[in-house]
Amino acid sequence: MSFLLSCPHCGPRPVDEFRFQGEVTRRPGPDASLRELTDYVYFRDNVAGVQREWWYHRTGCKVWFVAERDTRTNEVLRTEIPSPAGAAAPR
Amino acid sequence: MKDIFRVRRMWRPRSELKKRYDVVIVGGGSHGLATAYYLAKNHGITNVAVLEQSYIGSGAAGRNTTIIRSNYRTPEGAEFYKRSVELYERLSGELDFNLMFSQHGHLTLAHTDSSLRVMQERAEVNQILDIDSRVVYPEEIARLCPQLDLSDTPTWPIMGALYHAPGGIIRHDAVVWGLARGADRAGAELHQNTTVTGIETDGGRVTAVQTNRGRVEADVFISATAGWSTLVCGMAGVRLPITTHILQAFVTEPVKPFLDVIIVSAQMHVYVSQTDRGEFLIGAEIEPYTTYKSTGTFSFLEYSARHVLELFPQLERLKVLRAWTGLCDLSPDYSPILGATELENFHLSAGWGTYGFKAAPIVGTTLAELVASGKTPTLIAPFALERFHSDTLVSELAAAAVSH
Repeated sequence: MSFLLSCPHCGPRPVDEFRFQGEVTRRPGPDASLRELTDYVYFRDNVAGVQREWWYHRTGCKVWFVAERDTRTNEVLRTEIPSPAGAAAPR
Repeated sequence: MKDIFRVRRMWRPRSELKKRYDVVIVGGGSHGLATAYYLAKNHGITNVAVLEQSYIGSGAAGRNTTIIRSNYRTPEGAEFYKRSVELYERLSGELDFNLMFSQHGHLTLAHTDSSLRVMQERAEVNQILDIDSRVVYPEEIARLCPQLDLSDTPTWPIMGALYHAPGGIIRHDAVVWGLARGADRAGAELHQNTTVTGIETDGGRVTAVQTNRGRVEADVFISATAGWSTLVCGMAGVRLPITTHILQAFVTEPVKPFLDVIIVSAQMHVYVSQTDRGEFLIGAEIEPYTTYKSTGTFSFLEYSARHVLELFPQLERLKVLRAWTGLCDLSPDYSPILGATELENFHLSAGWGTYGFKAAPIVGTTLAELVASGKTPTLIAPFALERFHSDTLVSELAAAAVSH
């Protein structure tokens, strides 16, 4: 089974309507080393458990939002539109 | 005579884990087993344990779509897979086990000018490396695969194809069992239902793994755990540039021989071959979101079936027999992550995405060489984990993302 994702604007919709944009990462600050930058660009936690992740309601209202989903069950625990200074603000 | 009715075990059940081995391999799939087999065959290292959390070949090794090919885009990738195909060609004889490898050819379809251009590039890279690979046009495609709908009726009419004559299909379970038997006969121990629960490190080295059946020490540890790589390597503190996704496939009911070549369309996100049993084996692209839940989706069946029917309208009335999923460990550049890690005696085969099975024998030989010599073989040097920190990626996006 695929699963439903609750868009903060449109409510529960099939996952095929959305674009997945990966786990929420934190951009390193301006004086980061090359290793910190490559770690940010390529390396991922890829957790088996609850993951904070970006989604985009591609065929709907076009909103970008953050979901908390258990990657072992695909159960979506909550979705929210993060505050501009929130989810991925630089360290 | 009555000997033919005797049930012969492919490999011996092992009761207890020893306290210590020379090499411990985590993951009893095609890569782990091939490494154990070549450690014994090429280097005489037989004090080896393969730890498998479920049964041998239960993961990607038993779930892939069995396609073997070497027409990759980068010189590094193409050379690597060329060697793998050469090893596969000899493997049935070597293992004394019929792997049913049939090299009937592989056609990657182009439906746009830009994909034709990429195929020209791939063909040139391949030809320089002496890989049989060339671009063909509808007239020749009609001879190679007259069953295909080459008219302008489909949504994306076929403009050309990359034809790779040595491409073929193999019986994947037989590869797993043959390698497992070969490793077992040489002295390696295969431990099923043995889950690694922790990895102990000390001063930049792995000292032991903890399992549900006790603690095991070794000189060298190898992780060959595909979709679970992030979790296994995480226990050792090794962070990976990998995300885990599901890949799905299905087979139809078996029918008479109809299709001998493998047909791939990246544009339509589909690949199709007919197995020796007569089933049409159809696969597509990974699901875009990361997940560890191996459950298929109806939307996959729906769009794969639709796209296959665009290519082969004759299959309209075939029924779907079964569908399944497997976990894939995707790397950012669609090339594997192979060889040494920052831990001195902890080596890795990961990041295979959807194409790890094609590489099993060459992974086995090169990892075995790395263990025996302590040096990274030049063939796999471009695939080191360190490339993501030095920003020297090996992009196989064009040749590996959907094209099986």
